[in-house]
Amino acid sequence: MSAIIRLEQLSKSFDSLDVLRGISLDFESKEITSIIGQSGTGKSVLFKCMIGIMAPDEGRVFYKGKDLVEMSEEEKELVQRNFGYAFQDAALFDSMSVAENIAFPLREVLGIRNRREIRQRVREMLEWIELPDIGDKNPSELSGGMRKRVGVARALAIKPEILLFDEPTSGLDPVLGQTINDLVVRVNRELELTCILITHDIPAAFRISDKVAFLHQGEVIAQGPPREVIRSEHDMVRQFVENSFSSQEV
Amino acid sequence: MICCRIVNRGQRHVWNHAQIVVILWNDKTGVRLIKPSKSVVARNFAIEKLEQTGRFVLFLGQVVRYTFKRPVRVRLYLEQMEKIGVDSVPIITLSSLAIGMIFALQMISFLQPFRAEIATGSAVALSMSREFAPVVTTLMLIAKNGSAMAAELGTMKVTEQLDAMETMSVEPIHYLVVPRVIASLVMFPMLTLLANVVGVLGAFLIATGAYELEAATYLAQMFRDLQPTDVYSGLIKAAVMGVIVSTICTYHGLHSLSGARGVGESSTHAVVASSVSILIADYLMATVMMAVMY
Repeated sequence: MSAIIRLEQLSKSFDSLDVLRGISLDFESKEITSIIGQSGTGKSVLFKCMIGIMAPDEGRVFYKGKDLVEMSEEEKELVQRNFGYAFQDAALFDSMSVAENIAFPLREVLGIRNRREIRQRVREMLEWIELPDIGDKNPSELSGGMRKRVGVARALAIKPEILLFDEPTSGLDPVLGQTINDLVVRVNRELELTCILITHDIPAAFRISDKVAFLHQGEVIAQGPPREVIRSEHDMVRQFVENSFSSQEV
Repeated sequence: MICCRIVNRGQRHVWNHAQIVVILWNDKTGVRLIKPSKSVVARNFAIEKLEQTGRFVLFLGQVVRYTFKRPVRVRLYLEQMEKIGVDSVPIITLSSLAIGMIFALQMISFLQPFRAEIATGSAVALSMSREFAPVVTTLMLIAKNGSAMAAELGTMKVTEQLDAMETMSVEPIHYLVVPRVIASLVMFPMLTLLANVVGVLGAFLIATGAYELEAATYLAQMFRDLQPTDVYSGLIKAAVMGVIVSTICTYHGLHSLSGARGVGESSTHAVVASSVSILIADYLMATVMMAVMY
């Protein structure tokens, strides 16, 4: 396996607050990697540095061996087309319908102007997320789970190589959460995309991921296949894992 | 914004943003507070305001840069022109009609003792075209569109819609701000022209209808005194004000703090800052135009 993204000694601070402290991580191609940890440990900042919309203070981000930090804006824009980003609350444009939301990256990122082609692609995406009849609806008319799926469809519309999920199951009931986790697996298996998740859903992360990285106070304190991380001796990891699995058993 | 709160032996101490307080801890007597001198507070306030001004200047630079960057999204420009321009026609018509009528009433009652009421048309036309039309139009548009710009962009920011755009390599200033600025630049003068015409018409109706002034003499006097430069100067002011309002309101929207309160505050700041700014700008432009144009 080859790393599609490699982070080397990534650091980022805001004023005097060190959010990321020397993060080094490899993300293998066509695998699911979950980043877990407490809230406020810099997971979202890590995502933003990874796709180049936030510059790290130190360190390097390699995409297929090319350093994003060193790239010009134009080169970075081309690389960013290979990333899809599914936001925590979907971040759908509320002034547009569902279909227009999915069409947005087709027009703005891929520059497609042919309306028939756009309509066709939007229809395919809505069918893929199993919500074929909601194209004319506004985002405000959708449930939380539907919004998240539309967010995934919008991210997938440009056929990226890597899909980033920011807390995909937060705010959803366990059944809907399972639906979204199944969707992540489908994205990975059927479309053969590299999936990177930030999640607090620890049992799901251990179940569906090929690799897990545990972030604590801006540092990676454990990483590897789920079966290895689950046996970590680090207090914070043990505490996190035990609490998550014991609450499941209850 | 409250930055720090300490409860010390039943006494609450609260500090706001940009205040420096030294806290000395003593186990027996509790905390002792040393407040900063007024000069330190004034210096911090000045630094904060300078920082804000610097950020706004950088923002203006980006707006100018993205105005000339491709792609040019004509559809977005037209959408904003409809929102700012076409949708504002009723409110601008109503307000300028009322102002023209009220102004005519006041002028006639003032000029009647001197038997100079026929000059009402000239007075209304000159003051509408030079001052009232651009200022009143802009104030109405701040209330209707400026606050909406700040609230819409602020909501987009706190719901991560702007982040979503950035992840798709779409710069929010290019996609959201530039169309609003260009639409304001075009539509503010057009609405000002409408306000001129409707205001003068309202005055004409009062003068010839309620006070039975002779229409032909009234119009002849008005067109003799009103020069094209009077109208142009008002339109130039409106265009400048359009740019001021749209940049201030979008800036506040893009820099909105999180939550409903943050969005509400950004809208309030946008309306206050743009209203004050256009009045100052109007005074400065009037001074220059008095020397150069009239």
